[in-house]
Amino acid sequence: MSFQQVTLSLAAGFLENCRLFFETLLFSIPLGLIISFGSMSKFKPLSYLVKVFVWCIRGTPLMLQLFVVFYVPGLVFGVPMRDRMMAALIAFVINYSCYFSEIFRGGIESIPKGQYEAGQVLGLTKSQIFFKIILLQVTKRIVPPMSNEIITLVKDTSLARVIAVGEILLAAERFAGKGIIWPLFYTGAYFLIFCGGLTLLFGFIEKKLSYFKA
Amino acid sequence: MPVLEVKNIKKSFGKTDVLKGISFSLEKGEVLSIIGSSGSGKTTLLRCLNFLETADEGTICVNGKEIFDSVSHKNLTENEIRDNRLHFGLVFQSFNLFPQYSVLKNITLAPTLLKRGTPEEIEEEAKGLIERVGLSDKTENYPCQLSGGQQQRVAIARALALKPDILCFDEPTSALDPELTGEVLRVVRDLANENRTMIVVTHEMEFAKSVSDKVIFMADGVIEEYGTPQEVFLNPKSPKTRSFLKKDIETNAE
Ligand SMILES: Nc1ncnc2c1ncn2[C@@H]1O[C@H](COP(=O)(O)OP(=O)(O)O)[C@@H](O)[C@H]1O
Ligand SMILES: [Mg+2]
Repeated sequence: MSFQQVTLSLAAGFLENCRLFFETLLFSIPLGLIISFGSMSKFKPLSYLVKVFVWCIRGTPLMLQLFVVFYVPGLVFGVPMRDRMMAALIAFVINYSCYFSEIFRGGIESIPKGQYEAGQVLGLTKSQIFFKIILLQVTKRIVPPMSNEIITLVKDTSLARVIAVGEILLAAERFAGKGIIWPLFYTGAYFLIFCGGLTLLFGFIEKKLSYFKA
Repeated sequence: MPVLEVKNIKKSFGKTDVLKGISFSLEKGEVLSIIGSSGSGKTTLLRCLNFLETADEGTICVNGKEIFDSVSHKNLTENEIRDNRLHFGLVFQSFNLFPQYSVLKNITLAPTLLKRGTPEEIEEEAKGLIERVGLSDKTENYPCQLSGGQQQRVAIARALALKPDILCFDEPTSALDPELTGEVLRVVRDLANENRTMIVVTHEMEFAKSVSDKVIFMADGVIEEYGTPQEVFLNPKSPKTRSFLKKDIETNAE
């Protein structure tokens, strides 16, 4: 087995990880924002319901949630999940939007009341206040916790292997099954490089937002 | 006709009655100072005028037009409430500048969003205001690069940019180091000399005495004393006013 063949085969697997990563981010960031609004709602039943949901998702293993999303439709409703990637994506989006929602909630609640009131007395609408005043301040505050969570997501994508999504670790395991062990360690390089890139990106964003104190 | 007529404003939070029926009126160009010990309801009164709190009872008229009535208030749309609150401006104790925007942008943000003119006109006007509060060299700075006194002067310019009929100040110098209060009070004094209608909640008695046309002394949610600075400071009728002023002199002497 040549180095090049292994590299390509692992790259094909890692592409699945990347797909899961980007699609999870794409859906879970907006969904997380909606969930955070739900948990901050003044309508108590809604906020309790959302909080219990977030507690369940954060309090159980992601791996369990993968199994649930993958097996429950087939076993309970008789409509088996055919698309494994879809199942993984659903589980990841639900899981990560709950984590993100807590980060967003913390960020939004940490903005002093005076910022909203200053906007109000200047005659701005609620949405102008949120988008023109609050959002960038929240963004600045949540960059560090979000970068942590997002880097965790990169590595979590390999959990999709438990429902046999053809991601990088599954590819490496196939080699191990044939008695070649080094591709398994080689997968680490893919994660390291990807996370390194993300670390640089987040450092850049943090620096970009360092011109003001909030 | 008075610019502002406030009638029987009442406000309670839960079981605490904070405002127990406040009525006063203000003529155009007058400066009203509100003094009183902390907890007497001064901030709550300003917040009711600016609709940051909704008064439980009472009415507010500006230029003869009723802009608040506790009975019909809840029927107003958000747009109507916003139009009504723009008769007032409010300068906060803690400035509340927008940290991500430069001095200029802090001032132009609201007029721009409210479409009060072309971008050029708005910027021109904002620069004029910045000059008036003496910060022309700070136009492109961010709030974190300014002292407290400078921040408060920007906050005043920001409030002026919307040309409110009545500008309210809630202890504009209380969050400042003593050596910085002067520069802010000077700006407020200049505005008073230009015949702006203002309501100033303050602990600076000398300032209140020299700058105001009317003084209200509030105690426990009621207007305990109302009159010209001479009447309130030199000839207070109420024993509560007398003991408040006496305490103030003592603390200042220390
Ligand atoms: N949002 C609120 N909820 C409950 N109590 C409040 C609230 N705002 C003010 N109060 C109470 O109202 C009283 C008057 O407060 P305030 O108007 O801030 O007085 P002042 O500005 O004269 O110091 C205080 O006893 C304060 O605890
Ligand atoms: Mg106060």
